Amino acid sequence: MITSIDDLQALAEKKRAECDENSSELRVCAGTSCLSLGSSELKKSLQDEIQSRGLNDSCNIKSVGCNGLCANGTLVSYCTKDKSKSTFYERVTSGDASGLVDSIQNGTPLEDRMCDISQPFFTYQKKIVLENIGIIDPDDIEDYIAHGGYLSFFRALDEMSPKDVIEEVKISGLRGRGGGGYPTGIKWESVSKVLSEQKYIICNGDEGDPGAFMDRAVMESDPHRILEGMAIAGYACGANKGYIYVRAEYPLAVDKLNRAIKQATKLGILGENIAHSNFSFNIEVRLGAGAFVCGEATALIASIEGNRGNPRQKPPHLSDYGLWGEPTVLNNVETFANIAPIIKNGGAWYKSIGTESSSGTKVFALTGHIQNTGLVEVPMGTTLRELIFDIGGGVPDGKKFKAIQSGGPSGGCIPESLLDLHVDYESLKNAGSIMGSGGLIVIDDSSNMVEIARFFMDFCRSESCGKCTPCRVGTTELTLLLDKFINKKATKSDFELLKEMCEIVKSASLCGLGQTAPNPVISTIKYFEDEYLAGISDD
Amino acid sequence: MLETIDDRYKTLEKSMKKLGYDKSALIETLHTAQETFGYLGIDTLKFIASRLKVPYSKVYGVATFYNYFMLKPKGKHNVVVCMGTACYIKGAEKIVEIIEQRFGIKVGETTPDGLLSLLSARCFGSCSLAPVIICDDKTKGKVLPENTLCDIEEMIK
Repeated sequence: MITSIDDLQALAEKKRAECDENSSELRVCAGTSCLSLGSSELKKSLQDEIQSRGLNDSCNIKSVGCNGLCANGTLVSYCTKDKSKSTFYERVTSGDASGLVDSIQNGTPLEDRMCDISQPFFTYQKKIVLENIGIIDPDDIEDYIAHGGYLSFFRALDEMSPKDVIEEVKISGLRGRGGGGYPTGIKWESVSKVLSEQKYIICNGDEGDPGAFMDRAVMESDPHRILEGMAIAGYACGANKGYIYVRAEYPLAVDKLNRAIKQATKLGILGENIAHSNFSFNIEVRLGAGAFVCGEATALIASIEGNRGNPRQKPPHLSDYGLWGEPTVLNNVETFANIAPIIKNGGAWYKSIGTESSSGTKVFALTGHIQNTGLVEVPMGTTLRELIFDIGGGVPDGKKFKAIQSGGPSGGCIPESLLDLHVDYESLKNAGSIMGSGGLIVIDDSSNMVEIARFFMDFCRSESCGKCTPCRVGTTELTLLLDKFINKKATKSDFELLKEMCEIVKSASLCGLGQTAPNPVISTIKYFEDEYLAGISDD
Repeated sequence: MLETIDDRYKTLEKSMKKLGYDKSALIETLHTAQETFGYLGIDTLKFIASRLKVPYSKVYGVATFYNYFMLKPKGKHNVVVCMGTACYIKGAEKIVEIIEQRFGIKVGETTPDGLLSLLSARCFGSCSLAPVIICDDKTKGKVLPENTLCDIEEMIK
């Protein structure tokens, strides 16, 4: 049991000493992507190899979370005994196990599997949210503690008042990473001010945007970071119960989070009267069941309560009337993952990173027609050009860049002419898209933009909960209209109707799903109008 | 009654008991039921409604609202094609088309002999491996349309 900050530090010291003395470390990526490329078989082969050569005591193999460069999996890194030097390998398969262990024994790296970590994919990144990922074992709470985990939480309990915590988060300028961009500190403050016996903290791990997998990586690779962020939020707002709402499609994330909660509870980091204080906090995982609309706050709450995920009118806002009618803070996974570093290093430190209006870093999932697909974390204000061509390595197969889609079905497509845009909440909005949760999908010149717009519209049509008419009927009509353009059977008046209907759905829908559903159409009309005009037949 | 002799109902009952027959844990209960039975049949839904003391209409409403819940039994083997954005722009539609043609079933359907079901998913979050399909719980990334059929034939062999 950990009952004080001293206990926590003692445990961290003990674990660190153990690691240092014992052995070098082979870290095998066990993210979903690498797992499907056979990383568990690889780990087994490495273990067999190490065992048969009697190296068990000098080399420790551990599974770590997603290293980011998913395109080149399976990723393995080797860290020497004094932890001073690490070598990064890519495209490793079970067949390489013996060669890799050879290289450890004779101290020369395995050249043809080495990954160049001086490439922009790595050097442009600044890791705050992902700092532990690829380094710690997500199944081992002691490993998290050894890397400074839960220290922020205990410091907050020990040295800070709830008001101080909120102040620090406000200074940091952290804004909601789920896409809305609402200032986190202000959200917390409004809940902390409401007088109520019962308040709740909810973490949105539903990650419904197709093409986004940042939250999945954090939940699978560093689950304790999320628990710590939630516990700090609970302390700041006076809530003693938290829920993590996770997609059922992410079984590995559910498993890691449940295990993390169990471990933290066992050590007394979660539970009643934590560290002899009068603060108690417990966390439960709740499963989603595949509904995009549940990314909307009120729909998510309806789902946790066991109902259909229908959103409701706001106000009342969640800070007054949330889960079971009680004041509730709802933040995204990435937002919570930023909290511990903010408390550790101070709000001013965080504020110094990024742009004036959007501080800190953002994790993006780079996918689509791009060389280096994977996860990257960069300071806000990085340009799209840097993201796509430097970090992402550009468009493969000799094709030409055409557009980048951000924000999922609620976002828009940004053309080449705006590639020097410094990415933050405002700039993306001005360009007709949104930050969204951070999926960036690169589209090359072989794609038709009307078809892409139709893809998103059809997605919203099938995900519309059906409660309000503008969204339910509007998305259906818009899909049918777009079909006319794709089949080259549209008329000029169809084009006018398309634009008008986008405005109606946008302004009259009840919740965010309908209000943003026309965005992909509006932005592609804005930047790729000729592709719509090509769908108009004269007769 | 059937449920008194079927062990699967016992598993379901146990799970509801563990959650204190909490009405708000309906979605959790449906997950357990789907895991146990493979799908959510009308009898199962009625059983849950009576045990949790919620109207059958509500249980049915929730079960049909969420994509993850299946109201029809699946085939012996399943292929799930991811239809997320990254997979879509890398040709997931083409893959679906090929499978539909070869086996004469649409997405959500099962072959008449019950051997194969074709399903689609919103996004597995394995976007860096797009396009992705899952053949009986085994994820296959960077799938080429021409190899898909071989993978499936192999699976149902």
